[in-house]
Amino acid sequence: MNFQFTDEQLMLQDVARKFAAEQIQPIAAKHDASGEFPLPTIRQMGELGLMGIEVPGEYGGSGLDAISYVLAMVEISAVDASHGTIMSVNNTLYCNGLLKYGSEEQKQAYVRPVAEGKAIGAYALTEPQSGSDASSMRIRAVKSADGSHYVINGKKSWITSGPVADYVILFAVTEPAAGSKGISAFIIDTNKEGFHRGKSEPKLGIRASATCEIEFTDYQCPAENLLGKEGEGFKIALGVLDAGRIGIAAQAVGISRAAYEAAVAYAGERKAFGQSIGSFQMIQQKIADMKCRLDAAYLLTLRAAWLKQQAVNSGARFTTEASVAKLTASETAMYITHQAVQIHGGMGYSKELPVERYFRDAKITEIYEGTSEIQRMVIARMETGLR
Amino acid sequence: MKILVALKRVVDYQVRVQVKPDGSGVAIDGVKMSINPFDEIALEEALRIRDAGKAEEVIAVTIGPQQAMQQLDSGLAMGANRGILVKTDKAIQPLTAARVLAQLVEKEQPGLVLLGKQAIDDDCNQTPQMLAALLDRPQATFASKVEIDGQSATVTREVDAGLETLSVDLPAVISTDLRLNTPRFIKLPDIMKAKSKPREVIELDSLGVESGDHLSYTRYEPPAQRQKGEMVADVPALVAALQAKGLI
Repeated sequence: MNFQFTDEQLMLQDVARKFAAEQIQPIAAKHDASGEFPLPTIRQMGELGLMGIEVPGEYGGSGLDAISYVLAMVEISAVDASHGTIMSVNNTLYCNGLLKYGSEEQKQAYVRPVAEGKAIGAYALTEPQSGSDASSMRIRAVKSADGSHYVINGKKSWITSGPVADYVILFAVTEPAAGSKGISAFIIDTNKEGFHRGKSEPKLGIRASATCEIEFTDYQCPAENLLGKEGEGFKIALGVLDAGRIGIAAQAVGISRAAYEAAVAYAGERKAFGQSIGSFQMIQQKIADMKCRLDAAYLLTLRAAWLKQQAVNSGARFTTEASVAKLTASETAMYITHQAVQIHGGMGYSKELPVERYFRDAKITEIYEGTSEIQRMVIARMETGLR
Repeated sequence: MKILVALKRVVDYQVRVQVKPDGSGVAIDGVKMSINPFDEIALEEALRIRDAGKAEEVIAVTIGPQQAMQQLDSGLAMGANRGILVKTDKAIQPLTAARVLAQLVEKEQPGLVLLGKQAIDDDCNQTPQMLAALLDRPQATFASKVEIDGQSATVTREVDAGLETLSVDLPAVISTDLRLNTPRFIKLPDIMKAKSKPREVIELDSLGVESGDHLSYTRYEPPAQRQKGEMVADVPALVAALQAKGLI
């Protein structure tokens, strides 16, 4: 057992913290208000290597480990969860998915530009009528008679970075009769004909992580852009989500930490009845409970990341631990941001402080990459062996 | 041309330091440590000069305990070509630091030594000047602009009266001020790449440097607590209040 971070991990944490404080902090509130995608800072993050943290150097990435990814995600999300969301999609859903299931040519062609920050990736699983039950998706990919390409038609919704993405990992039905085994994954170049972006969808939180619907009309996807084999799409989607959940857990920890630190500072500054409100037992109880849950969420997230790192060599699954981390951290983020608003009173409700933004941003972590209900189901099924 | 840059390990500028209860110093156990910000500016300038093709190599040097390797690692990840740690567990005063650096300059023969004008821990602002004197080379302190032209450097200095521009022959010692540049962020891939850059560890005792630690610190105390302010209604009231306190 060792609770020490390595020097490299600390150096990366430092870079992420400094970048977040100097470059993201000043623009976070503005982008939250406008819902505009923060392209300049996202490009800068890409140039620094924050979009391909675990991608090996040979594919243009930073070559760091899963713990490093968590540390960076916490620092970025503590300042702005929207940047965290965009970072999560690029790192775990896009890069990680391609690294795990892509061919050498696909990795060189499609991981490198995103890991180097020259392009932005997205991940398209959800549809207007298909969410947690991903196998009920309708979008179709039909192989051409000569086998050279697939023709894709249909819609995907809630695509993070959709308005700006250069490449998308798309899941589509290739064999409708085969159910979840009839889904395949494709690498989509958005600069081709037949790809359309809808308008950005207004949201409660993570408003700057512009999200939109994307639509395919007779889009021709070359056969060499099939990711994995035909029919492996559902397996790929689930495999990628295991890793993705750790990123969302880290994002939730970041939001929690920001709200917690703001609450502690405010409890010390704000006076009522002639003393700091932090000296009242009711506030003290809140602070103690928030601190315990923050630490628990952080440690569970690090455990899952550590297991993921071990799995690079062993191939072991870390599904349960990833779900435990994601469920605990996201519910912690809701709890802590809720209490932080309460401790701030009227100031917590005001847009003058970022506390209300933390509160709004926290909610998504209980929903995306598997709702809390899905996490409970995953954990309970793994624990009991019953379905 | 080689450029030698000195990096000092100091308490991070964002840490609120506490004086030890017995007044013997500042508590630094478990406190975040970083490169002295002025030295980071010096390193950034050296890297820019190198990347503009006016120098071939940037050597980062630090004097301190084994843990100071962390700051050297950061310097290498920022872009220095190689690093030298002069190892000692003792706190080093400016004259000793200058003597150590002078020995390294003799050995490495850099065309330029760049270092922060002062370190944010003791704020001495002495090492660069002492080093130049020991080497008997020109110095340009508090630089806010540095231009290398062949065998000399044109340096804009920040002085009390404004800006002063002077030209120094190389080799020279230049100390950097805050407005010289904004240091780059370390790129993540460079953290791993830096691991393979050469690092040399030299025991301070092996250099045979005569100690220049002539100062002894008697007592540390925190600054006085700020007095509670009072609100005044308008400017005449402010003037009256200041006069009453004998401040104007």
